[in-house]
Amino acid sequence: MRKSKIFIGVTLAEVLLLISCFLFAFTQQTTGRQLELQARQELVQSLGLTDFAIWTEARYTRHPSQTDFFSPFQEFPSAFEHFPAGSVVAPVFTAGGRTR
Amino acid sequence: MIKHLKIIDYALASLFRRKYKSLAIITAFTLVVAALASILLFSSALKTEAAHLLDSAPDLIVQRTTGGRHDLIPAEYTEKIKDIAGIGAVTGRYWGYYYDPLTGANYTVQGTDGTAKNLELLDGRLPADRGECAIGAGIAAIKKTGTSGELILVNSSNTGVLYEVVGVFRAASSLLTNDLIILANEEVIDFFGYPPGKATDVAVQVYNKNELQTIAGKVKKLLPDTRPITKSELVRTYDMVFNWRSGLMLTVFSAAVIAFCILAWDKATGISADEKQEIGILKAIGWDTADVLALKFWEGLIIALTSFLLGTIAGFVHVFFLAAFLLAPVIKGWSVVFPEFHLTPHLDPYIVFTLGFLTVTPYVASTIIPAWKTAITDPETVMRG
Repeated sequence: MRKSKIFIGVTLAEVLLLISCFLFAFTQQTTGRQLELQARQELVQSLGLTDFAIWTEARYTRHPSQTDFFSPFQEFPSAFEHFPAGSVVAPVFTAGGRTR
Repeated sequence: MIKHLKIIDYALASLFRRKYKSLAIITAFTLVVAALASILLFSSALKTEAAHLLDSAPDLIVQRTTGGRHDLIPAEYTEKIKDIAGIGAVTGRYWGYYYDPLTGANYTVQGTDGTAKNLELLDGRLPADRGECAIGAGIAAIKKTGTSGELILVNSSNTGVLYEVVGVFRAASSLLTNDLIILANEEVIDFFGYPPGKATDVAVQVYNKNELQTIAGKVKKLLPDTRPITKSELVRTYDMVFNWRSGLMLTVFSAAVIAFCILAWDKATGISADEKQEIGILKAIGWDTADVLALKFWEGLIIALTSFLLGTIAGFVHVFFLAAFLLAPVIKGWSVVFPEFHLTPHLDPYIVFTLGFLTVTPYVASTIIPAWKTAITDPETVMRG
């Protein structure tokens, strides 16, 4: 078989794999994980949760949406960040319509 | 068509002749695309998850601020907020942080009023009485306890308090509950020694979601020492946190982009003497400049397309099937209790097309340009070097 046909076949297989990733994601969103998502929404509603429990080392990383504006700079303005997560969670200015 | 198939045949044979070099380029290129795809898919899945989940969060959270810092909110504030038109239930929330010196981990202690029905993602039940608690999977693992087990915490008076674990949140909810300790509201008040009649903050139900901003404004006007946080602000916070512009994401993203630029630059600044000679010979035996360009185009496309497709698929598998195990330690920071990511698969065509456009196009262009420069030179000069 010609090399070009093998290449086209392999590329088509890769494209099909990518399309199946799309379809998998789509079905998971619509049916597969729908129940799990509803259960998580129920959890958020029942417990009144506001933030993800990803970074637990500081107030402003555990609850980025609830923190005051000064928390990420607790020592003094422009002090070096203490926590590595602070490089992911930048201070968020939301109240009063201020945005970064 | 047949001509192009033959050119592809030749291009593949040419790539096979330099198989180690081609393999090295495909591997490096695939890794760069996989890194970029992982970051983009991971942050986009977290943003989507935040938008879906936080839609069920309280409509409005009202905090009291004193001296620019979050302070406990008095019960009379609740009464004043209730008087604003368009507001439903106003509930005080009791929560705080607990540092466990034994494990070096921080936990979030949150109160419940006991009215919540049993939850699907909770093995067991929520605490209904004092002396009971429900905990996240992260705490259960680090404290080596479980349903019907015990949890000892030290309260604000430095006295050890023993709780019976009546529920453990399932791993599927770890993103929300990993570090949570749920106690009855009265228990939280006693545990942290909160003064009577004060809550941590207040959750407000707003009937008409379009009025959220107006009501937040009214609360701020009525109680100037408060900070109202609307639900849309919660979602916006996570939009910003997981935006590709945000700190670490940008750092990893830029590193991958720079690596790719070096790869493309190396290709663009020149081709090897062997390749130049090959082009010279092809021209000498009668190939047109257009044929040589078509050959180089296919060579570039074969490498770029294969790497792009493999990299994107690898990124998808890494994030959604392998729980982003390579990204997680980078994102973890100093967290002791860190959740597993059970993200709902999400593949945005926009991300795939952007990734394709930003990687395939420059690579193919950088392959063609030096080849074109060589192809327009006299074959004899090229072959003589």
